[in-house]
Formats: sequence, structure tokens, C-alpha cells
Amino acid sequence: MSKTLFDKVWDSHVVHRIKNGPDVLFIDRHMVHEVTSPVAFLGLKNRNAKVLFPDKTFATADHNTPTINQHLPVKDPLSANQLKALEENSKLHGISYWGLGHKKNGIVHVIGPEYGITQPGATIVCGDSHTSTHGAFGAIAFGIGTSEVEMVLSTQCIMQPKPKKMRINIDGKLNKGVTPKDVALFIISKLTTSGATGYFVEYSGNVFTEMSMEGRMTVCNLSIEMGARGGMIAPDKKTFDYIKNKEFTPKGDYWTKAMKYWLTLKSDKNAIFDKELDFDGNKIEPMITYGTNPGMGMSISNGIPKTINQNSGAKTYLKSLEYMNFNEGESMLGKKIDFVFLGSCTNGRIEDFRAFTEMVKGKKKSPNVTAWLVPGSRKVEQAIKEEGLLSILEEAGFELREPGCSACLAMNDDKIPAGKYALSTSNRNFEGRQGPGSRTLLASPLVAAAAAITGSVTDPRTLY
Amino acid sequence: MAYDKFNVLESSAVPLPIENIDTDQIIPARFLKATERLGFGDNLFRDWRYDSKNKPKKDFVLNNKAYSGKILVGGKNFGSGSSREHAAWAIYDYGFRCVVSSFFADIFRNNCLNIGVLPVKVSPNLLENIFNEIYKNPNTKIKIDLNKQVISIIETQMFESFEINEYKKENMLNGYDDIDYLMNIKSSIEEFAKKTPL
Repeated sequence: MSKTLFDKVWDSHVVHRIKNGPDVLFIDRHMVHEVTSPVAFLGLKNRNAKVLFPDKTFATADHNTPTINQHLPVKDPLSANQLKALEENSKLHGISYWGLGHKKNGIVHVIGPEYGITQPGATIVCGDSHTSTHGAFGAIAFGIGTSEVEMVLSTQCIMQPKPKKMRINIDGKLNKGVTPKDVALFIISKLTTSGATGYFVEYSGNVFTEMSMEGRMTVCNLSIEMGARGGMIAPDKKTFDYIKNKEFTPKGDYWTKAMKYWLTLKSDKNAIFDKELDFDGNKIEPMITYGTNPGMGMSISNGIPKTINQNSGAKTYLKSLEYMNFNEGESMLGKKIDFVFLGSCTNGRIEDFRAFTEMVKGKKKSPNVTAWLVPGSRKVEQAIKEEGLLSILEEAGFELREPGCSACLAMNDDKIPAGKYALSTSNRNFEGRQGPGSRTLLASPLVAAAAAITGSVTDPRTLY
Repeated sequence: MAYDKFNVLESSAVPLPIENIDTDQIIPARFLKATERLGFGDNLFRDWRYDSKNKPKKDFVLNNKAYSGKILVGGKNFGSGSSREHAAWAIYDYGFRCVVSSFFADIFRNNCLNIGVLPVKVSPNLLENIFNEIYKNPNTKIKIDLNKQVISIIETQMFESFEINEYKKENMLNGYDDIDYLMNIKSSIEEFAKKTPL
């Protein structure tokens, strides 16, 4: 029978099928961070249980860490306590822990691929909804809650009903200034934040096959923002080249054997999806959000949609615009920006820093803008320095911070003040997401760079 | 973690007719620093409930004494966004045992089921009726019978059946725990692990 890529990976990981219930799915890789794990470890302690497969479990500190002066003790006692808990729990259970200051430290979804922990055909979970990122390698990767973190720590399995399957196909040639982030924001604006709930998405079409691995990660990362549990892209030569010779990828004969399996990882010709959508890549423009969920996005040169044209309730829509202090019909171009945030598991990889740097090269940061440039990992930070990007950024008036999730969720001190506008390359523009009362506009690193230079929302195509 | 058994719940309900309520509203990230599952109810809907000086906002429903109960009724696409189980913990810790909406985000729904909060998905029509009845009379009672899989508005006798998979239903009715189930098939998990390529 013809199978989709998703079916192939899922079915090969089912340990046990519960009648009229969920499947018991074996998990190959479990990523753990400081915020969603302590209560899970506490649960293990209360059960007198151990981590079943410590070598399939990887821990890092990212959500609740400072992005300056990481060599100093963490000031906030609650954050320090959470980091200490993860360090102790990792030690107790024999899990490798890449904590603050470790040379492999970084955002969980950035470091997984960097060290080859992320592999095609694997099942990967983490107590974080953006685990969908790893789907870029043809893995089934999705976010889980803390009870499920405890479940995976103690049994290496998770109970999940098999989701439905959706394929999103985009062919065409992306226009200049259009990045993978724009493609993702475009899809979400069409589907809304609940349009793919209950589905696992496969992205296909030449727009995705021509994308770099970093770009594919950005797209898969944002799958959750349309409600999908995860998204995946069939692995190809680009995927294999990216992971070859990484620390945790198979070597020698094991590589050859793995390749044999990985080459089978694509949807069969006649495979059936529960839903198929097609979009035209030629028509995508640089995108920006104007509201308080990632589905409220549009082409940067459009006007804010009228309430009357909304599917969601008028009351909710107007509440959102009121929070942003925007009016329907208005253009976003020229709107004043107070902060620019480049970073996160969505756009904190080297390619994002290259794009940003290219745009600001030879120009100066607007004096009205506070810019936070936060690499996704130590490795990204190192590459920024080695490739000479740092000196270009500094010349243009920017500073580089240390790795972490930072202002994406503002658990640490990187908070946007109430009422201020932040143009962010992150993934969520919810009310208060980047600090109580903060207002977020989501966009690509190029749009972020253009705003950092001009101090207002600017179409990056006008700056080339 | 084992949780309370859930069978029949009859209670007044708290209405929150806003769509796309995300988990950052349910519990903002800055309150996720605990290492134990304690006190999350105090920060449920923190930034909608309190102003920047920590004074209760009068117009928010949780600060209105007229509305109370063990059931929270929310608009479409409830619980979208982050996977933080803290959102479900905050709802539970505040005293809710059931959330009713016409659509739930996936991870949030799972998290609720895993800690003993029952998510009940109803038709948009019933949801609207529930909101209307509560606004007419804040003491309107909603009854949820898990075994029969029926939700009803007591006053108007309007009812609807809801879906839940058999396995999860048994767990909630009996307070059973998923991990206990998996522990009992541990040997087959270990056998399976030997065959996996990774």
C-alpha cells in the first residue's frame, strides 16, 4: 500500500497499538530544557523511576538564561534554581547536559541539528512546541507537555493518536527579498492559527527542495503556528550533506546502512493525504504581522484587512487591533519601530545572521531603535565571528548578545517594555509575549534589518 | 502523575468568549520559573486579570463575583501556542475541572487530559447558547457526564454528545495513569529499542 513519508516514519515506531486509543510510539531522541522538565523529573523521583535511555536524552539550558554576562552567576534566584535543577537531574540520570557556558550550548532546536542529534526518519520530542523544527530533516518531531516529558524520560515512549496528514505544495520561484520566513507566514495567513490542527504537514514542491536546510528549519519550525503538531520535508542530498560527519550521526558502515533507510523516506507516488493544498510561490511577497497571532499576517505593502472580511469573530479581531493600536485599512509601511529582535529557534541560525548583515552592511542602525541580536547557539556565535559578520555588524552600530531564547518569550530580562513596538524574527506575536504590554510584529531577518536601519517598517526591496 | 477521578460534573461556569486564547495569556512565560507544580492558579490569565500594578482589572471575568464554577467556557481555538503544561496546571489549580470550547489546540488538549482537566468540544451553536444562558443567568448550571459523553445546559435541557477516545475516557473515569500503563509493557519497549536503527 502506498504510504506518505509521515506514515513510514510513524508506523515504524509503533511499539504497541491500544484498541480505541492512542498508539505507543517509540522516541529516538528526547531533547530536554530547564523550564518544562523539573516537574517531570520530580515525577520520576516520586515513582522511584530512572531515565530509561539516558543516551537518547539530551539536555540544554536556553529558555530562562541571560544573554549577557553568561560567565557570571545567574542573578534571578528562581532562574538560577531552575538551571541548577536541570544540572542536578542530568547528573543524577546520566544525561549529557550542555548548560550555560558549555561550548555546545544553545537553543534546543538549533543545537539538535548542529550536532547531528536530529536525523532523518527519527522520532524526536521535546517539551517545547517548536520541536517541529527538526521535521526539516524528514523526522517526526513534535512538542509535548510536562506529563509527556515524564512519560518519555521513564519509558522512551509516548502515547499519541495518529494525526491526519496534510500536504502543502508550493512551486514557483521566490521573488527577491522573499525568505523562508515569508513563505511560512504566508501559509499561516492563509490557514489561520487553527487551520492545520489535528494534522501533520508535509511540505513539497520546488520552493522547499530549493531551500537551504536552515530555511527548511524555519518553515517546519512555524508549522505549530497554524495548529499542526509538526511539519516535515523529505530528506535529500542537501539533508545528507548537512548531517554527514556531525558528532552524533552514524559513521562508516553505519552511515551506509542509515543512508539505505533514509533514501526510502519520501511519500509514495499514490500516497493519500487527508488534505492537500497548493500555493503559488511566485506570488509570495515579504510578509509582516499586524495583530496578536501569527495568522494575522499580510504582504508588507498591503493594508490591514477590514474587520468585515474576517473569519474569526469581529470582537476578537478588534480587540487584537486595539492592543496593537492599529486601525483596519492602514498601511504598515512607515510605522515606527522601537526594538528589533534577531534570533530564536525560528531565525537564529547562521543564514539569518548572514541575511541581516548583508542588508545592514555599510549602513547605520537608526538611533531610535534598540536592537537585540541573539545567536541561536555558541556555534552560530562562533560562525558570526569567523565569517567576519561581527565586524560588519559592529561597524553598522550593532552588538551581539550571547545565545538563548531571549526576547522570543521574554522569560529572562530581555523584555520589550509596555506599549513599545518590536519587529521580531521570532514566532509569536501574542499579547505580552515579549514582555507585558509589548507589541510584536513578526517578519523575516531582512525586514528586521530594514527596520533597524530606517527606524520604521520598511519594504526591504526598496533598500537594495 | 495520578489525578482525581472524573465522572459527572455539574457546576456553574465562567464565560470567556474570546477566540484564539493562547497559552501565553493563560499563563505568561515569566511565571514558568517554578521547579514544582505549585501556585500556578494565582497567575492564571495574569495580564488580563491584573494591571501593571497588580491591581485586579474590574472588567475581567475572573474578577467578577457573579461568575464562578468549575467549568471554564472559552471561544474557538482555545489553548493555541506554547506546549507549556503550566497552562493546564494553572486552570486546574484555580479550581476548574473542565474547559468547554468549540475548538481546542492539540497540545493543550492533550495536556489537559493528562492532568485530569476534561476538554469538551461542542458545536459552535451550543457554545453560543451556553454563553447566552450564562449572560442571562450567571448561575446557569452545566452538566458534563463523562461516562455518557454528554454535555447539557440544565436550565434549557439543551444537550449534545462529545467525543473522547475510549482509552482516555477509562483513564479519567478511574484516575489511571499513562505511565503505569507503559511501565507494564516495559519489556516490549526494551525489545523494540534493540531493533531501532538510532
